[in-house]
Amino acid sequence: MSSFAVSVSPHIWSKTTTSSIMRDVLIALIPALIASVFIFGTRPLLVTAVCVATAVISEWVFEKATKRPVTISDLSAAVTGTLLAFSLPADIPIWQAVVGAVTAIIVIKQLFGGIGQNFANPAAASRVIMLLAFSGPMTQWRQIDAITGATPLALIKAGDTDLLPSLLDMFLGNRGGCIGEVCVPALIAGGIYLLARRIIQWHTPVVFIATAVVLTALLDAQPLYQLMSGGLLPGAIFMATDYSTTPSTVRGRVIFGFGCGLITVLIRVWGSYPEGVSFSILLMNIITPYISRWTRSRPFGGAKA
Amino acid sequence: MYGKRLRGVRAPHRKNTSGCAPARMPAPAAVVIPMMMHIGAPAKPVVAAGDTVKVGQLIAEASGFVSSPVYSGVSGKVKAIDSILLPGGQTSAAIVIESDGEQALRDGLAPPPVSDLKSFLAAVRESGVVGLGGAGFPTAAKLTVELPKIKAVIINGAECEPYITSDTRTMLDQSDLLWEGVLMLKKYLEADRVIIAIENNKPDCIALYEGLARAQDGVEIKTLPSLYPQGGEKVLIYNTTGLVVGEGKLPIDAGALVLNCTTLAAVVRYIKTGMPLVEKCVTVDGSAVANPQNVIVPVGTKLSDLFDFCGGFKSEPKKIMYGGPMMGLALTDLSFPILKTTNAVIALGAKDAIPPKETACIKCGRCIASCPLRLMPANIEQAFRRKNPEELEQLKVNICMECGCCSYICPAKRPLVHVNKLAKIMLRDYQDKNKTAAKKEGTLK
Repeated sequence: MSSFAVSVSPHIWSKTTTSSIMRDVLIALIPALIASVFIFGTRPLLVTAVCVATAVISEWVFEKATKRPVTISDLSAAVTGTLLAFSLPADIPIWQAVVGAVTAIIVIKQLFGGIGQNFANPAAASRVIMLLAFSGPMTQWRQIDAITGATPLALIKAGDTDLLPSLLDMFLGNRGGCIGEVCVPALIAGGIYLLARRIIQWHTPVVFIATAVVLTALLDAQPLYQLMSGGLLPGAIFMATDYSTTPSTVRGRVIFGFGCGLITVLIRVWGSYPEGVSFSILLMNIITPYISRWTRSRPFGGAKA
Repeated sequence: MYGKRLRGVRAPHRKNTSGCAPARMPAPAAVVIPMMMHIGAPAKPVVAAGDTVKVGQLIAEASGFVSSPVYSGVSGKVKAIDSILLPGGQTSAAIVIESDGEQALRDGLAPPPVSDLKSFLAAVRESGVVGLGGAGFPTAAKLTVELPKIKAVIINGAECEPYITSDTRTMLDQSDLLWEGVLMLKKYLEADRVIIAIENNKPDCIALYEGLARAQDGVEIKTLPSLYPQGGEKVLIYNTTGLVVGEGKLPIDAGALVLNCTTLAAVVRYIKTGMPLVEKCVTVDGSAVANPQNVIVPVGTKLSDLFDFCGGFKSEPKKIMYGGPMMGLALTDLSFPILKTTNAVIALGAKDAIPPKETACIKCGRCIASCPLRLMPANIEQAFRRKNPEELEQLKVNICMECGCCSYICPAKRPLVHVNKLAKIMLRDYQDKNKTAAKKEGTLK
């Protein structure tokens, strides 16, 4: 009876924790994973399992080696592994997937100080590195049917718009692409789940996607295909909403989303790569500290300094 | 009109005791009445060891404009005038009275004459009432304003802290006093607009006062969402009237005068009966309390006596606090007395007592999105850790009201309010240093 805990208020805390947030993100990614099995077979499961396991193990090894507290239970490494796997082709060689996951966790995340400290989204940045390092396998898409081996974006880029799959196939995911990017309803279901659980706010994804669609419409560059192709939906829903690497105010998030949409369209329409989502997120990650500075909230009743 | 309501957090309500009319606790064997139960100068004892006192008798007088007299809530004998440690860490003189158990009232207890503003303010001063919402600012000092400045008088019945229901009970059980008080404010302060603000988790209170206000011009009932901290003064003023209390300004500078509902009822009790503030209705709750309930106790009652009255503990208490869990003060032991400003005492069991483990900030922005005053706690924390007072000045940490939303909502469970408190000290030191440096420069020229 003699010793009471004394701590500074508040004395109650919300149930949301870092790991509950990451668990929700993982739950939101499940529909897209299931869809990928229907579309590409069981290989996506193997790639995802390898990426997640490698990400978690790399984090554990790095933190043990540097004598830091082990943070694998916050599930953020598992999220990074899943997101990376989702942005790889189903037939990526396993060793390359391992290299990608190690790069994401150790180079992009841990060397910058671990969770909350990294400046770039580990999955997006690692995908960009893999695209440069393993350009062949990273752009080799599994054939879904006899006609399409290339992704819709590659077809648009090449001017072969008559070879594009139907919009229904686009929507359902019957076409070439990365593991987790093809099935639109599954991605949207994940996004709605995250919005409903208040894990993300609508601003970044909506502005990102709207910017890309409106700009491609203005440029007459197949806006509906652009919307459903490549990493736009998964990037906007899952990567551009990453906390550490994007602004934390609503105004900042709107600017971030707009920048991502703009850069994506610039690359898709005029760049030499057919796809620009991961580049756009990476570039916007880099200027996030500046956006954050410009978009500080004005304190209530605060006198002008 | 004004923009969106100020933000906050959906803290749990836990208003377990709202349906529980307060029980009156018999006078304890002894009470310890501190002289510093308000903001301002401590009261000055006017009794000495050995004196006999009765209920309602003056035992310490106000020692300045911002001060408040203190009255005894028990009859008995003054045992000593001690120096005690207050929960906030200050030391204060305290009058220890041994109760004779009779609760005999002071002779000649009679309502004070009140006929105009001057006599009204004098009565408020004599009543010993201070801001009972928790701040403890002497009510007479608060009401001494230039009347034309008042655009709205707001009666604070938000009671947004979890667990606490003592204001709810005031609104329900003392509606006659409270309503009389509203009319007095209209009369003496010439207030054209009185707003009674109540959170929507108290529908019975809202219905009661809407009924009363129907026949009275210039009294509005505002239903607030149950979104902590609706009862925070700046938040309440903005969300009910749109008036903005600027940095470093008082509510009256914006035209608002806020009185807690229990404060007003206590003032009116004195004016109607002559009985000053000598007892408090206190919510006793928390996972360790055997019989959570509202209790009316004499000011100065020790916590141990109060918990005994509530049947003791059903599990070993691991944290005891004054006030609600969002802003309450954790106590080291049960020897502390009930103050004028105490409206709840919470005892938590082992499961709820220990703060969760702190992890790295993930920059999710929840602290920013939930801050009612639109501060950026995550950025303040960074600036504090980098020991950068200029940055703290820009981020306006000084306007933080320490409501606790940021710490509550943080998924990494970082003690952001604690950091804000420390950051304010860092900023103040820096500003003081600058001021002294500027002064020195001035004298050299």
